Formats: sequence, structure tokens, C-alpha cells
Amino acid sequence: MTATTQSAKAGGARRAAKPKRSNAAKRENRTGWAFMAPFGILFALVFILPIIWAIYSSFFRQVSEGGGAYGGGELVNKFVGFENFQYVLTSSNFWGGIGRVLIYTLIQVPIMIIAALALAMVIDSFVVKHITGFRLGYFLPYAIPGVVASIIWVYLYNGQISPIVKGLAALGINVDFFADNIVLASMANITTWTFTGYNMLIFLAALQAIPHELYEAARIDGANGFQIAMKIKLPNVRSAALLAMLLSIVGTIQLFNEPQIMQTADPGISKSYTPMMMAMNTSQGTLTPGGDGPASAIAIVMALIAGVLAMAYALVERNVNAE
Amino acid sequence: MIAMSSQARARRKAEKLQAKAANDLPRSMRPSPVVKVITIVVLVAALIYFLFPIYWAIIASTKTPSQMTGSNGLWFAVGIDQLPDAIATNYSKLLGWTRGQFWRWVLNSLIYSGVSAAVGTIVAVMAGYATAKFNFRGKNAAIGIIMGCMLMPAALLTIPQYSIFHAVHLTNTMLAVIIPCSVSPFGFFLGRVYAQSSVPNELLEAARIDGAGEARIFFTIVLRILAPAMVTIFLFLFVATWNNFLLPLMMLSSDTLKPVTLGLYGMVSLATFNDRGALMMGALLGVLPVIVLFLGLQRYWQAGLAAGAVKG
Repeated sequence: MTATTQSAKAGGARRAAKPKRSNAAKRENRTGWAFMAPFGILFALVFILPIIWAIYSSFFRQVSEGGGAYGGGELVNKFVGFENFQYVLTSSNFWGGIGRVLIYTLIQVPIMIIAALALAMVIDSFVVKHITGFRLGYFLPYAIPGVVASIIWVYLYNGQISPIVKGLAALGINVDFFADNIVLASMANITTWTFTGYNMLIFLAALQAIPHELYEAARIDGANGFQIAMKIKLPNVRSAALLAMLLSIVGTIQLFNEPQIMQTADPGISKSYTPMMMAMNTSQGTLTPGGDGPASAIAIVMALIAGVLAMAYALVERNVNAE
Repeated sequence: MIAMSSQARARRKAEKLQAKAANDLPRSMRPSPVVKVITIVVLVAALIYFLFPIYWAIIASTKTPSQMTGSNGLWFAVGIDQLPDAIATNYSKLLGWTRGQFWRWVLNSLIYSGVSAAVGTIVAVMAGYATAKFNFRGKNAAIGIIMGCMLMPAALLTIPQYSIFHAVHLTNTMLAVIIPCSVSPFGFFLGRVYAQSSVPNELLEAARIDGAGEARIFFTIVLRILAPAMVTIFLFLFVATWNNFLLPLMMLSSDTLKPVTLGLYGMVSLATFNDRGALMMGALLGVLPVIVLFLGLQRYWQAGLAAGAVKG
């Protein structure tokens, strides 16, 4: 209630220059905020407050006090300045995790986006008639929860039970999907499997929004199918591709489900294999230094890295586009 | 009479032919048979890649641990006539491994996803409508902040969310999962785009002149127009909540509150666990509600994705 009256007052002040409309403006201001309020309150609780809290708590660390050498003292929050950030920025575990995630992103995201784009182009082309089945089949993995997808694939990577591993072995190819140099690619395959169809549908929607007159005009000018795909379709899905790339980069930075599930089959995957796993295990105190402060510092540094990456990508994209 | 109807039929046939000719590609554009074959091979290969794991999971869900390693991985280990028994065996083993909690977990997932999606949809649409149709102070700042958060790595917020919920003693309750899952910047964005393009201002004015209050206008007129967008937002939120793993993993500790994904994860992470067939059965039964919803309402996905793709 107080929020509405306050904003109504503020709205009145803003529109003081138009005294005739001020009553209507006040009303509009009040109504607007009334409709905005439920989402606004939840948004503040779920997004704004946690961000503020993470920044605040990143300057504190829990230490036990009074217990002396025997421990058992009471846990108190102690202001430690930038110590948590110093810990994160100098932690080889953290940078190891960031390195893995970056390699993962650099390889997985382009493969997935290019595959999605290619499938969308083929489905959108005039070559195939009955596309509904394909579209649905490609999109189906998106409905499988990441946990379940990871469990299924972990079994399909398992040499004892997997028809894939056994089949390859029969052909003379022996692969260990859990080998240290392959395991990241095995995870990337799970993500690709889950999200390619989703991205394909985004591209397909963008492709189908292209007005058909453009194709006709191109045909009159003598363009062939390949030229139409390159010169008309590709430029028209640019903005969709930019958004899909950005969301995928942001998504892969938080890589968590796949490694966490694969850990159950591969003890070689450490508690800080990815920054997100490290953040969770730090907050739960299974890594030292544990607790909210160091975990918040990890989350903040990760958010900054994700932001820088997304911005860098968007800038590069824009420059390439402008040329 | 007969002559007329045959005439009409002939006309219709001619129209059809004409339409077909218009759709037909000029000779230079028609794909060559080679291109056509390659295309179909690629599409089918992709389809096998996407569907094989699901097929394998179905086959595996009927097997005992020894059949899992010993039998052909591509087909059932027993004859078709014995399948019902094999399924019944694995089903009862599934209930045994989950200490009878399995359906409780599925129900929990339905509650989490259903409630967060319903609440999330209505608040997102209200906010989208507010920013599309009203001028209020701070509107542009609010839009900017919410849109900015679309690119925020949301999982990073789970840890501070946990701390906040812990401080107010809400962890290990259903609300700890429902509240964070019911906020969707994407839903807001979609609701806003849709309200902008499909709710006419004249309609709102007319209703106001007739003396209808703003709440009544929204709930009786606007919501009806926004229904397609709402189905889309509901679906996205429902699936996102069903698939969320980190949040329930952090927030929930009691067995009876787990969603089905967390329950299945608990099974695989048991050191003694080896009954993969029973687990596959749980995995399939656990995704069934999402698949049904997903297939039943699939055209709305396309609509939502289209809005995201074109306007984004």
C-alpha cells in the first residue's frame, strides 16, 4: 500500500507541468504499479535481494571464535575485506574450472548452434515435405530433464552396458568416454543432445518469419537455392543467432548438472571441476574455506566473467555485422 | 443440379492445380535427386542421434542388472510375451529402491512445476501488461533491470537465495523451490511483447467508458486475449522448474519433499546401487508428465520461440 501511494505522489510531481491531466496520470501511475507489484515483489526477492546479499556477504567470512585450540567456539561473521576475492582470484582450482568451462563453451556452443542452424535450414528448405515428425523428434530431448538425460548418457558411456561402446569395440574402436581427455567432450555431447533441438526451433521460427517475396525476388534475379540460403536466410536469422549464442554462453558458464551426475560414475571429477560445482561445495562447507562469503565471491567473479564474455561476443558480432 | 456440382468440382480442381503450380519451384530451383537423398540421410541420422538414447532407456527399463550387461543392448532381453512380467518386476524394484516414495516424488514435481508455473505466468503477464499499457514512474528502469536479468546466469543466484531462505527458515519447505521458480524475466518479456501487439487500446478505452474497473478489465478481457502467450509462459516455466536440479538439491533435505529428478539422483549416487533397469523405469515414468504436456501443447512452444527469436 505505501508503495502505491508513494509512487502516485511521485507520478503527480512528474506531471505537474500538465495540471489538467494530473489526476488521470496519477491514476495511471497507481494502476501501472498495482499490476507491476506482484512480479516486482517476487523479482526483488529472487533476483535483486540475492545479488545485494551476495555482494554484502562476499566481504565476510565465518570464523569460530573463543574456542581456541580445541575448537567448538561459536561461529561468527568476520569482515575480511577483499580476502574472499583474493582467495578466488588466486585459487588454481577456480581457474582450472574456468578453463574447463571456457574450453567447453568454445567447442560446444558453436557446434550446437551450427548444427541447429543447419537442421533448421534443411527443414525450412523446400526439399523435405513432412517436417513435423523431424521437428518433434529433434525437440524431444529438451523435455527430458538434465538429470535424467545425464543419467541415460552416463549409462550409454559405460563400457559394460552400452551398445554404443560395445558396437564401436566390435568395429575395433575402443573408447573410454570417461578418460580424462575425453570426459569434457562427453559432457558437451549431453548438452548438445538436450539443447540443439531447442535452438533449432528458434532458428526455424526466425526462418519462417522471412517474407516469401524475398525468395521470389531472388529467384527472378537468378539466385539458386544455396545462394538464397547464404544471402537471404542467414542474414535474416542473425539476431536470433546472436540471442541463442548469448544465452548458450551464459548457460554453459553455469555448467553443473552434467559433471555432477557424471561424478557418480567417474570419481576423477573433482568437487571443483566446474566453477558452479566449486561454488556449491564451498557454500556447503565441503571445500575450504567454506561458507557463504567465499561462495558468494566465486558467484560474483563468475557473473563478471560471464558478463564480459557475453559483452565481448555481442561487440564482435556487431562489428562483423557492420562490415 | 448435377451439372452445377460437377462444374463446381471442376473449378475447385482447377484452383487446386493452380495453387499447386504456384507452390511448385521453377526448374532451376528444384533440388536434384542427389541433394534430396543427402538431405534425407542427414535428417534421419540426426533423428537417430536424438531419439536413440530414449529408445535405449525404454529397452533398458525392462532389464535386470545381469541382463543389462549380458544381453543385446538394442533389444529386450526377454520375449515380448514375458515383457509384462519384466516390467512388473522392475516397477516393484523401483518402488523398493525409493522406499515407496517414487510417486510422492512425481507428485512433488507436479506441485512444484504446476504452482510455480501458474503463479509465475499470472504475475509475469500482469507486469508485462502494466509496462505495455500504462505509464508509471520508474517503468523504464524496471524494464531495463528485468531485461538485464534475462542474461544473468540464474544458477549463480541459487547460493544467495539459499542463504536468504535459510535466514527466514524457509529452506526445506515447498516454498523454497516454488518462489524462486515462479519468477521469469523471459515470461515478463513475452507477456509484454504480446500485450503490446495484441491488446488494442481502443478496447481498453471502451471498457473504461462503460465504467469497468481496471482489475475487471484485466481479468475479464485482457487475460482472454493474452491466453496463447500465457500457455507458452506456463509451459516454459513448468519445464524449467521440472528440470531444475541445483535449486532443490540445495534447498531440500527431507526425502518426502524431493522432486523426482532429485530422487533419481539420490538413487544413482548410492554406492551400492546397480539396478539400472529399475532406475531407467523411474526415469521414464518421471519424465512422462512433461512429455505429455509437451506433445499436447507443442504449437505454443513454436509461438513462444518465434516471439523470442524475432523480437529479441
